[in-house]
Amino acid sequence: MQANEAAAAVPIQEVRAHRDARDDRLFGWLLKGCALLVLASLLGAAGATLWGGRDAFMHFGFGFLTSSEWNPSDDVYGALVPVFGTLITSFIALFIAVPVSFGIALYLSEVAPPWLRTPVSSAIELLAGIPSIIYGMWGLFVFAPFFADHVKPWLTSYLGNQPDDGKVSWVAEHIPFIGRMFGNDNPFGGSVLTAGVVLAIMIIPFISSVMREVFQTVPTRLKESAYALGSSTWEVVWDIVLPYTRSAVIGGIFLGLGRALGETMAVTFIIGNKMKLSPSLLDPGASIASTIANQFGEAAGLQKSALMALAFLLFVVTFIVLMIARLMLRRLAHKEGR
Amino acid sequence: MKSSSLYLRRRIKNVVALGLSSVATLIGLIFLAWILWETLRQGIGAINWNLFSKISVYRENGGLANAMVGSLILDLLGIAIATPIGVLAGTWLAEYANRTKLGETIRFLNDILLSAPSIVLGLFVYTIVVLPTTALTHGDTTFSGLAGGIALALIALPVIVRTTDEMLRLVPSTLREAALSLGIPQWKLTLQILIRASRSGIITGVLLALARISGETAPLLFTAYSNQFWSTDLNAPMANAPMAIFQYAMSPYDSWNAIAWAGAFVVTLFVLALSLAARAILLRNKVRHD
Repeated sequence: MQANEAAAAVPIQEVRAHRDARDDRLFGWLLKGCALLVLASLLGAAGATLWGGRDAFMHFGFGFLTSSEWNPSDDVYGALVPVFGTLITSFIALFIAVPVSFGIALYLSEVAPPWLRTPVSSAIELLAGIPSIIYGMWGLFVFAPFFADHVKPWLTSYLGNQPDDGKVSWVAEHIPFIGRMFGNDNPFGGSVLTAGVVLAIMIIPFISSVMREVFQTVPTRLKESAYALGSSTWEVVWDIVLPYTRSAVIGGIFLGLGRALGETMAVTFIIGNKMKLSPSLLDPGASIASTIANQFGEAAGLQKSALMALAFLLFVVTFIVLMIARLMLRRLAHKEGR
Repeated sequence: MKSSSLYLRRRIKNVVALGLSSVATLIGLIFLAWILWETLRQGIGAINWNLFSKISVYRENGGLANAMVGSLILDLLGIAIATPIGVLAGTWLAEYANRTKLGETIRFLNDILLSAPSIVLGLFVYTIVVLPTTALTHGDTTFSGLAGGIALALIALPVIVRTTDEMLRLVPSTLREAALSLGIPQWKLTLQILIRASRSGIITGVLLALARISGETAPLLFTAYSNQFWSTDLNAPMANAPMAIFQYAMSPYDSWNAIAWAGAFVVTLFVLALSLAARAILLRNKVRHD
């Protein structure tokens, strides 16, 4: 018995080593397979929407992008209105969110007393946690009526070309496009502009937290050198911190843009969902995501395909924007040697 | 004289800029307070027992009982699918493919998936789950709870992958070396030591993912759809809170909108409590390590 066990001891070790190596290999494959699912879901999303939209792409060709006609009763579909709506709402959102986020990041990193920084930054980050459907309801029931009562009259009379009292302001008369951008007779609050404002609130926490994070990566000795030369806080931020973190700041802005482009529910609630091209920001419009959300359920045939094609466009544009964002953010990380 | 006026100008510029930054912060905080206040005010007023006991088919006399249970099922299904896949994928990124080309690429793509438009992911699941089941059952089954769970899993997956990846990379390499020097195979080291060491971080990621998906509406539009009746059948359309809120909110009647507000309040409370809990776990751990 004793001799047998001693003789078997070596093979058992070998068997065990062999088994462990095999298990390690299997485990590695399992893990790799799971990781590849990430890749598969991105490719799958692109592929599925392209496949679903093939009829629309083949039927309308390049005209799909340039036609503003969206008419289910004639079965004619053009992407221009939703594409334009998506771009313009996202642009408005950036226009508001970038300066505000920069202000918040500046306040949190340079101005606020230390004891206030954590609570304020947690509060701003709380904005990112609120579900988009809540933003939509708040926008539809609270913000749009408020906007229609208090902000819109001011905008139409001072910036629009169709003010209620008939007196066109100097700004509307002399600066091109401004008058048409703010001229309208839509009595409702829901519009491209309100959708853009709500989007801005939604992306502020994303942009400001990236900005704040990268502002903190600036080496202290750089800032201190500038202070020692007599710079004011603003000059340090504008001439030292911002140039040092420029690529990451742009990355953060693109990250916000990516969010704004694909946001669905909040925009669907507020934008008014009208498939008509209008130069006025105060008119209702439609975005790609809101069009899909509104119409996909009842769509069939070519309309369904056109909506899939829209989704493909949205996915490709967001993918490119987010890719730029990540590459820009990565550049600062490399600079730090991470 | 000239230099003193320059100095004054610089000081004024500084004060104005820093003042504007405080105003910007105030704007952010005002909007946060405004949104939370309206949700609280309109939501609390509309909360009653019907909300938790009746189903949405009764319209203005109904509630969201079926939608809340449905949401719970869908969210848990999504997390149940995404957690094992996400943890294993994150482990691969941190332990097996750190600094390899494929690993870097997948990490990069995962970050993109993190903010990809959820409605497109919903359409993807519609194409791979809803369309085939419709074809196989000749139209008997279209939208399904299963499809909704898969769509939510796709949203949760990148969150879990990313936190797992980050948390595992924080584990000191001496732990790995100590275990390997004892002759422990790598799969055992990974499952029984590394994942256990970063357990609380991974749990935080799962909670954050749950918070993220429990407010998501867009991916459910074409997958789980909505159901006015009690149903726990994963092969049938399943009621869920975001869709029910959406439908109640879009109606022209005030009494229906009130139910939407009550639902919105409950969902917001749930989501914010989850993200606070996740943060608390993370914070407690940080304090303990320091």
